[in-house]
Amino acid sequence: MSRRWLAGLLLGVALPLASQPPAAEVEAQLEAIVLEAPAEARYRAFLYELRCLVCQNQTLADSRAPLALDLRLQVRRRIAAGESDEQIRAYLTERYGEFVLYKPRLNARTVLLWAGPALLVVLALVIALRQLRRRPPQPVAAVDAEALRRLLDERPPAP
Amino acid sequence: MRFLIPLALALGLVALLGVGLTLKPGEVPSPLIGKPVPAFALPVLGGDGLQDQRLLQGRPRLVNFWASWCTPCLEEHPLLLRLAREQGVEIIGINYKDEPAAAQAWLSRHGNPFQLILADRLGSAGLDWGVYGVPETFLIGADGRILAKHIGPLNEAAWRERLAPLWAGGGA
Repeated sequence: MSRRWLAGLLLGVALPLASQPPAAEVEAQLEAIVLEAPAEARYRAFLYELRCLVCQNQTLADSRAPLALDLRLQVRRRIAAGESDEQIRAYLTERYGEFVLYKPRLNARTVLLWAGPALLVVLALVIALRQLRRRPPQPVAAVDAEALRRLLDERPPAP
Repeated sequence: MRFLIPLALALGLVALLGVGLTLKPGEVPSPLIGKPVPAFALPVLGGDGLQDQRLLQGRPRLVNFWASWCTPCLEEHPLLLRLAREQGVEIIGINYKDEPAAAQAWLSRHGNPFQLILADRLGSAGLDWGVYGVPETFLIGADGRILAKHIGPLNEAAWRERLAPLWAGGGA
């Protein structure tokens, strides 16, 4: 009984992955693009800057999702065609938004993201300075030697 | 009195984080909203010839990316059928990374809500539309602009609250 159940489970998990037909085709196309050593290095490094949209905490370099394969093919094709990193970033963000970049570019929508930490530090400094200024150190009062002696003299004699 | 400011700050932070909990980080906002549909040229499933973006001019439509291997597509399927049959919503299906035979078999088994189906066998149109998982549904206005995108299986609430009002206004 349990073996049958297990087989069903395995089939259920394996089928959706297996029956996305063109994965092998994409893989073959990917391998067919030959890059010179510097371009190959650029391709490999670039993949670490890009997010796989399916499994969002993985880069395109790490992900085995079919979509990551498609995006790797696009990046590889575009590098082979001589596009700059900026052009490839533009291609991807036009479709998937800034989120596809692990290091979002500085623009009106991301300025808070980039400036936020610095703003918080400045805010903390301002608050700290104001607190310090509000409580100036108490000056040590000059000791009045005459008054001190009088106080000591007024002490009742020891029994 | 002197605790009021830190208290207000803390409450503000709680509110901010609370809102954060209600967001869905899995749903990547599409940069294509408000823009004309991306150019495409796709074969008609079970038909002849190619169709391009001009197909989506003139009337508001839904464009639904689906596949026969996609389990969540089954979840939204009854709703799509109902919208097409009872409310006259025109739905263009884009069959994503699928085998034509498997797609046809799936439709004859579960019913066909689509006015027309285009085959995106390698997923290249999907890439241009920013699709990262099926099903995804786009609402296209009569002027061929993308008015809204729903990620994941469409449900009654999302249709009623988000898409239907835009649909009603999209014919203008």
